[in-house]
Parts: sequence; structure tokens; C-alpha cells
Amino acid sequence: MIEMQDVYKTYPNGVVALNGVNVRIKQGEFVYVVGPSGAGKSTFIKMMYREEKPTKGSIMVNGVNLAKLKDNKVPLLRRQIGIVFQDFKLLPKLNVYENVAFALEVIEESPKAIRKKVMEVLDLVGLKHKVRSYPNELSGGEQQRVSIARSIVNSPKIVIADEPTGNLDPETSWGIMELFEKINERGTTIVMATHNKEIVNATRRRVIAIENGKIVRDEARGEYGYDA
Amino acid sequence: MTLNTFKRHVRESVKSLGRNGWMTFASASAVTVTLLLVGVFFTVMFNINYFAKKVENDVEIRVHIELTADRQAKDALRRQIEAIPNVKDVRYSSKDEELKRLIKSMGEEGTAFRLFEQQNPLSDVYVVKAARPQDTVKIAKQIETLPSVHKVNYGQGTVEKLFNVLKVMRNVGLVLIAGLLFTAMFLISNTIKITIFARRREIEIMRLVGATNGFIRWPFFLEGLWLGVLGSIVPITALAVVYYNVYHVYEHQFALQLFELLPFSPFIWQLSALLLAIGAVIGVWGSVMSVRKFLKV
Repeated sequence: MIEMQDVYKTYPNGVVALNGVNVRIKQGEFVYVVGPSGAGKSTFIKMMYREEKPTKGSIMVNGVNLAKLKDNKVPLLRRQIGIVFQDFKLLPKLNVYENVAFALEVIEESPKAIRKKVMEVLDLVGLKHKVRSYPNELSGGEQQRVSIARSIVNSPKIVIADEPTGNLDPETSWGIMELFEKINERGTTIVMATHNKEIVNATRRRVIAIENGKIVRDEARGEYGYDA
Repeated sequence: MTLNTFKRHVRESVKSLGRNGWMTFASASAVTVTLLLVGVFFTVMFNINYFAKKVENDVEIRVHIELTADRQAKDALRRQIEAIPNVKDVRYSSKDEELKRLIKSMGEEGTAFRLFEQQNPLSDVYVVKAARPQDTVKIAKQIETLPSVHKVNYGQGTVEKLFNVLKVMRNVGLVLIAGLLFTAMFLISNTIKITIFARRREIEIMRLVGATNGFIRWPFFLEGLWLGVLGSIVPITALAVVYYNVYHVYEHQFALQLFELLPFSPFIWQLSALLLAIGAVIGVWGSVMSVRKFLKV
């Protein structure tokens, strides 16, 4: 569960990114975060995995207050959260298997458990036949599948995605969205910042709209609500 | 940390050495040059020290006895000298023995002194050794005040000068060594920085998937260690080979010289261990310094 109370964020250069945000996201929800560029969407997302600290207010994630979380405890938080980016963030010199296994190696899983979990998750994203391929041999959609596989390989309760379909064509985007649906069905909370109007309008999930650092709209079965 | 993780760190650090081939070469060379100079310096300094120790231990007080002193007076003097604290040993040397020693020490020219064998102008001598060389001067001063003493000789002035020169050399050496070590550390630290820069994407992802700082740091720590160890191979080999040859030539040609070299073994093994340790420390220190900045959250 994610809960923000009165969260403010002012960057050192004076930019006010969040201006009193209150929100509650229950375990197992699927939430879109929408809004114009520069409205505070990214900051809102970054707060959830402690990439940024709030200037004021509290952020509870799985019962831990991130505003008070010590730096050396951040890795433990990150192990409970999967993160997916627009640019995939795969390591070019590692193949598909190694890229996914990386997330488990880093938290010192045994090689046996790594093999099992990685193959399971690659099966789920439909890339079992490409384990030995390198990122530059894959299409954008396939690369994003690898990065999603990496984000869920240690079974996090929450997956945070920052414009995961931003670099993909519409058809591929639908494939990726189906994958997120599948992950959500397993009980994983999904928070996704997106600019993809068609997908938001078609799937009818909870929509949180952020403008000028504030939540201006929070609808249970919302629409994208912006042109373009 | 599990064994698998440790193996992973070792693998990663070795891979990184290969990936940054030229920088690896540059830093290892910096360590090599540094350790070569440091090693030569240490060799010289240790030998000087060894020599100084020997000289110190050879320092003795020669108490020249009054020509007029009879047997009784000599015995009394001996007892009085032995009563002085920290006196280790008192040996009597008659004037005939003294003359023989003098003739021998003069070598070829010494034969001229044989004339004195009929009419020996030297005095009988007590040779006194102090328990600790540093007490020599103090003891000599005390002996001077005793009756029946004609003159006390312990190489006044010369010994002090020698020790002063050694001290200055030692200090200059230490400053030079410190400067060299600093340069090498700086170079290694820069190499590791470049390594880190090349791997910053990897580090970013490591942090996103929940790697601890310790986990991220290990491969760089090991890389620094390898750089230091790699850099110390050439200096250790070179110094061992050169010293071995110098030592053997010197021992054969100048066996009776006053200045004696430290024996090859165990000295060269100790020196090798020292150089290896210094190499490892500057390598590790250089890498730790440069990683620190990149790991701030």
C-alpha cells in the first residue's frame, strides 16, 4: 500500500514540483498517473521508490515512511518494488537471461534459485525462446518485456512504471499493457505514469491527474482527459 | 557475503581490468615506477641502517692507563670501571698487544712501526663496552674522572657526525617516498574513476534493483587491489635480481670491506613483502577514494 500525506517537494534550484499531495493507493490497484509535461508526474513517481525525498510530508510504502528512511535502508525498499522505464535501462553487454538474473545476483540469491525464477518470469513475458539474445538484437517491445521481467523477478508487491510505452508503437504498446494487466491480476499494485490516451481511455482504470504539483482529478474509472 | 557473490566480484573486477586495458596499464605502470624508486630507496636505507647498527655496536671506549700506574692501581681502576652502571664488558690490553694491533691495522706501512718494539711508547689500555651504545659518551665522561686514567678515547665527534648524517638521509628518504606514494595513489584513483564512469549505467541499475553500496563497491575495491599487485610484480623481480647480483659480486670482491651488505635472504623477501603490501594499499586506497563520491544517494 502507498499513502502520501501532505507531500511537498521543492528542488534546490527553487522549482516547486509537488505542492501538497494526498493520495492512497491500495494493494492490488492499477493506477494511471497523467498530466502535462513538467506538472510533477515524474517527481510523484520518483517519491515512491525514494529516488527523491519529500521536502515536507510523509510517504508510507508497505508500512515504511520513506521521508524518514535512512540512505542505507533504501536498497531494502527497492527490493520490494519493481521499476520500469521508458528507455528500458538494460545492460547492453549482457544477454536477456543475464539482464534479468542481474536483479537477483545483486541481492545475493543462490544460482539455483536464480535460474528457476528467471526462466519462470521469462516464460511469463513470452521471451523464453530469446534467453541468449542481446538487447540490440531485440525489438523495442521485446526489450521492454525484458525490463518488465527484471522488475518482477523478485516478486515485488508494487511495480512502478514511468511511461513504459513512450518509445513503442501502438501495437507493441498493447502487448506491453496486456503484460501489465497479467501482472496486476496476480495481486501486484501497478502505478504507471503515461501519455498514452488510447490505452487509458480503453482500459478504464483509476486515473490520477497531476497539474502544477497538485492532484486535480482522481477517478476510479477515469479517462485520460487531455487532447493529444 | 556468499562465496558466489565473492566470485562474482572477482570476475567483474578482472573483466574491468581487461575492458579498460590502457588505463589499467597506465596505473599499474605508475605503481611500478613508484615501487621501483621506493624499493631502491628502501634497499639503500636498510643497508645504511644495518651499517649504522654495526658501527654503533663497534663503538668502544679505550681507557689509556697512566704509565706510572702499578699493578695494584690498575686493578683498582678495573674495579671502579666495572662498578659504573651499564658497563657490559672490560677487557685488558697490554701495550705490546696495542702495538701489534696498530701495526696490523696499518698494513704495509705498519712495518715501519716495528722499530718501536724495543721502546714501546704506548700505554696499557682497558677496552670498555657499554651495554647500550647510546650510553657510551656518559660512561666515558665518568671514566675520565677516575684516578690512574691518562686519556679516554671513544671516537669523539666522528660517531656523532655519522649518526647525524644518517638521520638526515633517513628523513629526506621518507619525504621522497611519501611524495611518490601520493602520486601513484592519485593515478590509480583516476583510473578507477574512469572505470566507474564507464559503468555508471550499470551502477544506476544496480541501485534501482536494490544493491547495497557495499555490493557495488566490492568490484572496484578488488580492481584497485589488482592494479597495486600487478604494479608490484616488476619492481619486486627487478630488485631481487639486481640485488642478488650486486650482493654476490660485492661479497666476492670486497669481502673484507668495512661496509657490509645485508644478506640477500631474508632481506629481499622482507622487501618484496613490503613492496607488495604498499602496492596493494595504494591500489585499494586509490579506488576507495574515487568510489566514495559516486555512491552518495
